[in-house]
Amino acid sequence: MNPIASFLKYFNWHIAVNSLFARLILQGVIITISLAVVSQLAGTLIGLALYFLRRSRFVPFRWLAEAYIWFFRGTPLLVQILFAYNALPYLGLSNPLRNLDIFTQLGFVSIYTDAMLAGLVALSLNEGAYMAEIVRAGIDSIDIGQMEAAKSLGMTYAQGMRRIVLPQAMRVIIPPLGNEFNNMLKTTSLVYVIGVYDLLGAAKAIGDFSFRTLELLVTASIWYLAMTTVWGFVQAYIERKFNAANIDPALREGSWWRRMLGIRGRPAPAPALAGGALFAPGVEPPSIQGDRR
Amino acid sequence: MAVYSQASQAQVYKATAPMVDAQNVEKTFHRNPVLRGVSMQVRKGEVVAIIGPSGSGKTTFLRCLNHLEKINGGRIYIDGELMGYREQPDGRLVEDSESNIARMRAQIGMVFQRFNLFAHLTALQNVMEAPIQVKHMPRQMAEEQARELLRKVGLEYKADAYPSRLSGGQQQRVAIARALAMDPKLMLFDEATSALDPELVGEVLKVMRQLAEEGMTMVVVTHEMGFAREVADRVIFMDGGYIVEQGSPDQVINHPTQERTQNFLRKVL
Repeated sequence: MNPIASFLKYFNWHIAVNSLFARLILQGVIITISLAVVSQLAGTLIGLALYFLRRSRFVPFRWLAEAYIWFFRGTPLLVQILFAYNALPYLGLSNPLRNLDIFTQLGFVSIYTDAMLAGLVALSLNEGAYMAEIVRAGIDSIDIGQMEAAKSLGMTYAQGMRRIVLPQAMRVIIPPLGNEFNNMLKTTSLVYVIGVYDLLGAAKAIGDFSFRTLELLVTASIWYLAMTTVWGFVQAYIERKFNAANIDPALREGSWWRRMLGIRGRPAPAPALAGGALFAPGVEPPSIQGDRR
Repeated sequence: MAVYSQASQAQVYKATAPMVDAQNVEKTFHRNPVLRGVSMQVRKGEVVAIIGPSGSGKTTFLRCLNHLEKINGGRIYIDGELMGYREQPDGRLVEDSESNIARMRAQIGMVFQRFNLFAHLTALQNVMEAPIQVKHMPRQMAEEQARELLRKVGLEYKADAYPSRLSGGQQQRVAIARALAMDPKLMLFDEATSALDPELVGEVLKVMRQLAEEGMTMVVVTHEMGFAREVADRVIFMDGGYIVEQGSPDQVINHPTQERTQNFLRKVL
């Protein structure tokens, strides 16, 4: 029998699908999403802080920022996670954090909160280093004239940043940020190595216990796919709201089919004005240059 | 002869001071001296046009007036107050605090060559932003003032348009309204029409002329000789970081005495 056929004969889809809603798996999904969201948020804030540190007039702050970025982008995330976990006893945090009651009260099982915290810290610090680059690219893409105009009106640097530059920078930062979160959802699986029962941890635990590792890995994959796919839609929605997506306006009109296939039509003719007038009354006629695009 | 204390001397100076008093301003960019000792004054209500070839330092000088560029030598007094620096008891100059500089800048309006409108805000919001953030004006009042200013520059029906939907001339007029929203005592124009298509220049010059007629103190860096001739009270010709010649528009533009002025005008007129 060819290998594929024998594999398919062995592989038990029932187990794979039925495990999708096992309690430990669902708990794992929640933990994965929570780790991803918190780490991404923290990482973004760290990245923003690093931006201002790098631009500080106080030179040691700049060194600190550069060293931080160099280190966290220069060492593997897995190593950072292992380091954070193994450092816990030296910080005296192992015992106090081992099994915080709040989680068991919420109905979670097999929670090792010390490992979760270590994983969270490592993920956040690591993400911060990468977000620093994204934030820098976003803010630096804003024309310097914006800040100059803000300053000339009497705004301080902080006001100019907060009200003028950062809102515009967000438009540039959001697409790569969405991409980073997509990665983060999957990268959280690394905390498996320090014993966190995230989605992968749960899948491995059940799979190894029942000698059905392959099936449970498929279960986990289905969940990862579901999460990243849903995030894809959310990301598209957010990009539309922030006008971050550069959509050809011609593609917005037309039927669903035409939009999916990328068929663009001619723009609709302007509605006829009463009495055959060329310009609507009360509105300044377009300049000779035509409408500004 | 009466002897005045230092404090009252300062008061007397402030009361009688010109709006702009630049003393021997020097500015160097990376060992490239752009301003080599520029001294000039602008009286309240005066309109001064600065003309000159590119690289002459006229834009740099304008930007020094509101401390967008830090000067390397000399002093600038705006309405009697030292700009950008604080004088120490021993006479040294130390960089002033950000809030002080911002406070002084709030009384100076600047219009840029490339408009620099806030792209994420509508025209109305652009004009409202600074009074609300800097002067803590109530939103309602700021909005009314903004609409009035947009009406003044002829754009009240474009209040809800984003800058990307406005022509260059419209954007620049919104920029002027935005600068006026802070009720400045001095307006600086940095080649305000240089980036505009020729048929849009007129609408902006019209607004600038109206401002001048209302008595605003203006320093205008420009290539529009017609504007300089008709609206300016005084014209300054700069070249190579120096003021080469200054006087009434008739003197400088129609009867220049310096050769460099004559060469420049020959090319431009």
